[in-house]
Amino acid sequence: MVTIALDGVGVSLGRRPVVRDVSAVLTPGALVGIIGPNGAGKSTLLRAMLGLIASTGSIRIDDVPLSHMARGAVARKVAYLPQGQTLHWPLTVERLVALGRLPHLAPMSRLGDADAVAVERALKRAGVADLRERIATDLSGGERARVLLARALAVEAPGLLADEPLAALDPGHQIDVMELLRAEARGGSLVVTVLHDLTMAARYCDRLVLIDAGTIVADGTPREVLTPERLRAVYGITATIERHGETTMIVPTARAY
Amino acid sequence: MAATPRGRRSALIGGLIALMIVAAIGSLALGSVPLAPARVLAALAGRGDPVATAIVIELRLPRTILGLAVGAMLGLAGAALQGYLRNPLAEPSVLGASNAAALGAVGAIYFGLAELNPLVLPVLAIAAGLVSLVMLFALAGRSESPLTLILAGIAVSTLAGAAISLALNLSPNPFAAMEIMTWLLGSLENRSFQHVWIALPCIAVGAALLLFDGRALDALTLGEDGARALGADLRATRLRLLLGVAIGVGGAVAVSGSIGFVGLIVPHLVRPLTDRSPSAILLPSALAGAVLLTLADIGVRLIPSTNELKLGVVTAFLGVPVFLAYLMRERRLW
Repeated sequence: MVTIALDGVGVSLGRRPVVRDVSAVLTPGALVGIIGPNGAGKSTLLRAMLGLIASTGSIRIDDVPLSHMARGAVARKVAYLPQGQTLHWPLTVERLVALGRLPHLAPMSRLGDADAVAVERALKRAGVADLRERIATDLSGGERARVLLARALAVEAPGLLADEPLAALDPGHQIDVMELLRAEARGGSLVVTVLHDLTMAARYCDRLVLIDAGTIVADGTPREVLTPERLRAVYGITATIERHGETTMIVPTARAY
Repeated sequence: MAATPRGRRSALIGGLIALMIVAAIGSLALGSVPLAPARVLAALAGRGDPVATAIVIELRLPRTILGLAVGAMLGLAGAALQGYLRNPLAEPSVLGASNAAALGAVGAIYFGLAELNPLVLPVLAIAAGLVSLVMLFALAGRSESPLTLILAGIAVSTLAGAAISLALNLSPNPFAAMEIMTWLLGSLENRSFQHVWIALPCIAVGAALLLFDGRALDALTLGEDGARALGADLRATRLRLLLGVAIGVGGAVAVSGSIGFVGLIVPHLVRPLTDRSPSAILLPSALAGAVLLTLADIGVRLIPSTNELKLGVVTAFLGVPVFLAYLMRERRLW
């Protein structure tokens, strides 16, 4: 179990503030979606939570300030699935997924049996076990996205921050991935994911954090967050919001000016 | 499941070690006076006839040790740099250490210091390699991006190259210029145990620093953010890498002169035989570099020519077919 607490977090890229005064406590057990328009600062916020980018304010992982934690300690607590990751060497899928075990390896040691089990589990859960012998750089965009998800799962960290895991996936695999993330969260993990598909966000997330221009403008259940007024104010769209029992459908209809 | 790749890796390393031993024996046995392997082994064991002992121990053993060590260092440095910079065209000279070390050596020749004592030249070369490292740090700053490092390396390398050209330009007579040129071509001729004792500690330190970081290099397959999110401390990695290259390659260049292409082609030769992860090619690249340079040095001695061929010339010619093969594979011609 891991909790990330943000208090007054700000990030500037150059002189431009990208994230401003973000405060939230992200707790395990519920799938948290971060939504917001392009350039709102969603990815930057995720990177700040991992200490990959300098930030002001306070970020604490399980009550320990991030700045006091060694990189390896952060890596064992929180796995990260970046957006649109490039692969620099043509590794096999299995070898690539095994990179997820690096945070657990002592210096100069090799992957052990427990690591092999974790890699196998990750390959199966992401549905890419049949791709294991393939060269990762030769895969299609969607296959590669699932392999990279398997890489993040192989860390078996109590936390997972996934940046747009649905980009490049077909509808079937989008559902697979969302169900996987929700199952991880409900199983006691902290799962935070950046999403663009509002219907998917509404359908699978237990909690949505809506970000606009670097600050949180709404934080709550999908029903509380996704209102026509907010969609108009934040995304500049009019949308049809239909609720069929548990499922919510959000269909953008037009630009609102 | 894991046994197959691991078994393949052991086979590769075992095979390369066997080749290295064969190359080393060949290097001790072959030359203007060929010796039978039995005489070589007897001389090594201290039971040989005086002629064989003199040739093997005094002349060929230092040359063989240096060939193995310099080749291993260049191969390893190339593999580590290609992994760190995520660029298959990176090579040991990319950070400027080899050009700077060459400049130190050229300075020793130009100012006549090299004649005072045979040790002045290599010591100055190593010192210049370390100075280049300080410049590199000053230029690249605290940034962790490989691009700033490459740019800083090119700046240092170009400056050292320009200074070498200046020395050639201003050299007082053709003989001095010739001496500098000859040294720059790279060779292991007439090296003594003094050279071995200078180069070996540097190469050992450099190799130890470079072999340490396989983990972080693997993680860098996922880019810098990906690597850091996997727990890699890239600042420490960069420090070890720069020190390892400057000390190791500086020490190697100090005794051998500039020997190009080994660090560039060896990782390409071994990569297809591994799982292609950066850590998997480090040790095989060191072994293959040792084999390749030793074989090239044997070739230099055996190819009949009026002047002895220079090692750097031979390795440069060897580099071309390897690159053509790489190019053809990229273009999917075969």
